[in-house]
Amino acid sequence: MVDHKECSLLDEHIASNQRKVSLTCVVNGVEICDTIDPTMTLLHFLRDRLKLFGTKESCGEGECGACTVIMNGKAVTSCIILAIEADGAEILTVEGLAKDGRISILQEEFISEDALQCGFCTPGFLMSTRALLDRNPDPSEEEIKEALAGNLCRCTGYLPILKAVKKAAERERKELK
Amino acid sequence: MDHSNYQTDYKHVGQPYSRKDAQKKVTGQAQYAIDLDLPGMLYGKWLLSPHARAKILSIDTSAAKALPGVKAVITGEETDILVGLYMQDKLAMAKGETRYQGEVVAAVAAVDLQTAEKAISLIKVDYEPLKPVLDVDEALDGDILVHEDINELKHVEGVFFPQKDSNIASLNKAKRGDVDKALQEADIVVESEFSLPAVAHAPMETHVTIVQADPYSNRIVVWSSAQSPFALRQMLAHSFKISESDIEVNIPFVGGAFGGKAGIHLEPLATLLSKAANGAPVKLIPTREEEFNQLPTRAGMRGHIITGAKKDGKITAVKVVYDWDSGAYADYGVNVGKTAVYSGIGPYDIENAAVVSKTIYTNKVFSTAYRGFGHLETHWTIERQMDIISQKLGIDPLDLRMKNLLEPGSRTISGELISESSGSVKDCLAAVVKEIGWTGRKTEEERRKEWATGKVRGKGFAVLQKAPAMPANTSTSVIMQMTGDGRVKMMIGAIDYGQGANTTMAQIAAQELDLPIDRVEVVENLSTQTNPYDWNTVASKYTFMGGNAVIRASRDMLRQMKDIAAQVLHSTADHLAHGGGYIYHIHNPERRIAYEQLALGYQYPDGSGIGGPLISHGVYMADGLTNLDHETGQGKPALVWTFGAHAVDLEVDVETGSITILKVASAFDIGQVINEKLIYGQICGGVLQGLGSAILEGYKFSPDNRLLNPSFTDNKIPTMKDMPIEVVPIYIENPQKNGPYGARGVGEHPMISVPSAVGNAVYDALGINFHVLPLSPEAIVLGILSGKESILCTDVNCLPGCY
Repeated sequence: MVDHKECSLLDEHIASNQRKVSLTCVVNGVEICDTIDPTMTLLHFLRDRLKLFGTKESCGEGECGACTVIMNGKAVTSCIILAIEADGAEILTVEGLAKDGRISILQEEFISEDALQCGFCTPGFLMSTRALLDRNPDPSEEEIKEALAGNLCRCTGYLPILKAVKKAAERERKELK
Repeated sequence: MDHSNYQTDYKHVGQPYSRKDAQKKVTGQAQYAIDLDLPGMLYGKWLLSPHARAKILSIDTSAAKALPGVKAVITGEETDILVGLYMQDKLAMAKGETRYQGEVVAAVAAVDLQTAEKAISLIKVDYEPLKPVLDVDEALDGDILVHEDINELKHVEGVFFPQKDSNIASLNKAKRGDVDKALQEADIVVESEFSLPAVAHAPMETHVTIVQADPYSNRIVVWSSAQSPFALRQMLAHSFKISESDIEVNIPFVGGAFGGKAGIHLEPLATLLSKAANGAPVKLIPTREEEFNQLPTRAGMRGHIITGAKKDGKITAVKVVYDWDSGAYADYGVNVGKTAVYSGIGPYDIENAAVVSKTIYTNKVFSTAYRGFGHLETHWTIERQMDIISQKLGIDPLDLRMKNLLEPGSRTISGELISESSGSVKDCLAAVVKEIGWTGRKTEEERRKEWATGKVRGKGFAVLQKAPAMPANTSTSVIMQMTGDGRVKMMIGAIDYGQGANTTMAQIAAQELDLPIDRVEVVENLSTQTNPYDWNTVASKYTFMGGNAVIRASRDMLRQMKDIAAQVLHSTADHLAHGGGYIYHIHNPERRIAYEQLALGYQYPDGSGIGGPLISHGVYMADGLTNLDHETGQGKPALVWTFGAHAVDLEVDVETGSITILKVASAFDIGQVINEKLIYGQICGGVLQGLGSAILEGYKFSPDNRLLNPSFTDNKIPTMKDMPIEVVPIYIENPQKNGPYGARGVGEHPMISVPSAVGNAVYDALGINFHVLPLSPEAIVLGILSGKESILCTDVNCLPGCY
C-alpha cells in the first residue's frame, strides 16, 4: 500500500524552481566552472557549492561584514552579491590567505595580538584588512577604522584588531619588499 | 598594549600565551554549527507570531504540506513540550495563544532552505489580536495576566516566588537592619529612579542548531551553538520526559554567546521537526531578524532607590526596588531578579538596607542571562545614585565612595563576611581615579568656559562587584590523560566560546606538571558522550572552578607517576619531585624517569611492565554556599566576589550630543593573572559592550509592542569607530585563598558599571543627571535643550518600552 507518492517529486521541484546559469570565476587561484541557480548569493556559492566554510553568514543583509571576501581587489559583502555577478571575477577568501603552507603576516599578527575571540567575524576582518593593505600599505589609524567600520565584532572591543592591523602593515612594508 | 609588560612569578601562569585555537580561526578551519553539513540533513524554518498577544483561532498548513520537498510541518496544536528553565511556563511552540511578537507558531522541515521558506509562506494563521501588557506598570496593575495559569505554574520552589494572580514571575527580597528608622534619622534622604531598555546579546553566530531524533527510540543527538551542553541535555531530557543518557550534545566552535546561549533554545523545536521528519537531521539557522525578534534578550529594568546619609557622607540606609521587564517567559530572568537581591546595593557596607526585586511578565520578547547577569543594570541605579548623593552633600564622589565601600570585616546585605581574601574594591577605585587624573568635579564656571568651544570634557567613575550566580551545589570536572609521548590531553566540561577557557586550563596544567604549553592540549569540540560534567559555561566561574579541578587532576596525575617511579627508582614517592618532563629523586636528580616512559606504563628491560596508561581526574564543587532565606535574603550565595572599578574621560559635543570616549581605565581585583593577553581581551571587549549599553543600544517597541528595530541597521552595536581611544587595564592581585594560584573570574565584570561611569562623567561635563539609558546623541541634546538638571524619561519623550 502506498501512503503517499514522492516519485521524482524532488527532481520536478528542482526543475520547476531553478533555471540554471553557468558561472566561471577564479577562487583562491583556482578556476571554477559551475552551473548554478541565478538567485544564489556569492556567499552561498562559496559555502554550499565550493564548501569554503571559512566565509561566514551572520546578518545576511550586508550590515555586519562577516561574509566579506575580496572580489577583483575590492572587499565585498558576499551575502548581498549574486554569485552570477562574480562571473569572470577573481575571488579571494580566508582560505586563500596562507601561501605555501605558511600563514600570512596578517594572520600571524591577528594571532599574536589576540585580535579574535570567538573567531566568527575573523575571516571577514582579515579580508577587509587584506583589501585595505593591498590598496594602501601604510594606512593611518583613521583609514583603518574607516575600512573596518563595516565589520562587526562583539568580543574584542576592536582595539586588539586595530593593533594587529597596524603591526601587520608595518611588517608587510618591511618584509614583503 | 605590550603584553610583555606584565610580570609574573610563575613559569606558565600569568604568561600572555596566544589562544590555542587562534590558528584555526584565522585560516577558516574552525567549524561552527552553521558550517556542519550532515548526510540527509533537512532545513527547518518557522513562522513567528506577528502580534504581541493574540488568540490563535486556526492554522491551515495544507498548502505547506503539499509542497514538494517538504518533509514535516508541525504546529503547537500537536505538541505539549514544556521548556521552562526555573519556571515551567513556556511551550516549544505557541498553543492557543501567543505571548510575544516573535513566538513560534508553526514550523517546517524541507530538503533545502528555499523550500522551507516557501512552505512557511503558505501557512495561514487566523489570529484574534488581544490587548497586550505593554510594560511593567501595566503588568503590575495586573488587569491582564500574561500567564493566566500563574498560580499553577511549576517552578523551583524555595528559590523563586511567583505571586498569586499577578504578572510577577518571582519576587525576591533581602533586608538588613531597620531601614525605615535609619531613613528617618538620616541628615539627607535622596530618592531617584533609573531605567534602561532591553538590549541584544548580538553574538555574531546566531543560535544555530541541528538535531537528529531517532523515531524508533528515545535517542536524540544535538549539534548546537550553545554554551551549556550539560544543562541543555538535562532540560531537553526533562522536556521530552526521557533520560539524560538518551541525549548526546555536541558543541563545535561557538560564534559568541554572552549568556544568550545558556540554557535551551531552538533544540526542542528542532527535535520535534526531526521526529516528524522520520529522524532526519534538521538544521535550524535563525536569521538576524529572528535572532532579535524571537530569541531572548537582556531585560529592561527600572530601579527605584531611596538613600539616607549623614552629613559627613556615611550612608546609613538604602531601600531599592528593581522592576525587571522580563518579557513573556521567565527563562533565566527570574534568576537575574534573584541575583539583584543579594548583590543589589553594590559593594557597599550599609547597615540598614532593603532590596525587593520583581521579575515581571510583559508581552515582549523574553529575557535571559546576559554578560553581567543584572549587574550592569543594578549598578546603573546604585552608582548613579552615589554620584547624586555626593552632589547633594557637596562631597567629592571619590571620598563618598571610599567612606562606604566594603572592606575586610564588612558584611554584605546577605550577611557574608568580607575578608582579606575577598579582594579589595578600594584598591580598584584608587587605581582608576589615579589613572585618569581625577582632581574633583568641574565647577560651573569651568563648564561654561568649555561650553563656548562646543565640546565639554568630563570625568567620572563607578565601582562594581559580581559573584557567580549559581546553585549552591554547582560543580565541574576534568579528565586528564597522558599520551605515549609524554604529552597531556584534557577533556573539560566548559565551552571555549572565545573567552579562552581551553588556553587558561592548559596553562594551569602546564604550570602544575611543568610541561611546555604546547605539550598540553584541551580537546576542542565538546561532546556530552565523552567530556565530563560541568554545570554551565556562565557566570565568570570557570577560571576559579575549572582551574581548581585542573590543579587536582594534575596533582592526581603526578601522584600516579610518582607511585610507579618510586618502584622503578627503588625509592618512595615522598622522595620524588617533578620538573622538565621528568620524575626525579630529590637528592639525586640524575635518578630520573621521563614522563613518556611512564605514560602508558613503565616497561622494564626484560619487557615486563608496571603501572598502566596514565589517566586522572579532578573535580570541584562549590563549597559552603546556601540558598537564601526568602524573608530576609540571608545566606551564603557567593563563591567568590570579583570587585572592580572603571573611570572614564570623555568629551560631549554640545551641538550634536555625541559622546567621544577618550579613555577608560578599568581595574579588577582578579587575585592572579593567569593569561594577561586573554584578560586584556576580556577587558577591551567588555568595556566596549558596556559602552554599547551606555550610549547606543536598546530595543524600541511600537505602541502595540512590536519590536521596531530587529536589525543591525536600526539596533546598532558598536563598530570600530565607537571604540574608546584608549583602554587602560589595571590588574589588582590580592589573592583569593581558595582560588587557583589566587585567581578570580573576570569574564563579565568589564561590562558592569561602564554606563554608570559614563553617566557620571556626562554629569561632570554638562551638570545634568541622566537617569535613562542609552545616552544617545538625541537624549543628550534633548537633555541640554530641556534646561533641567535631572533628565527623566518623560523629559526625553521616550518611546514606549523605555520607561
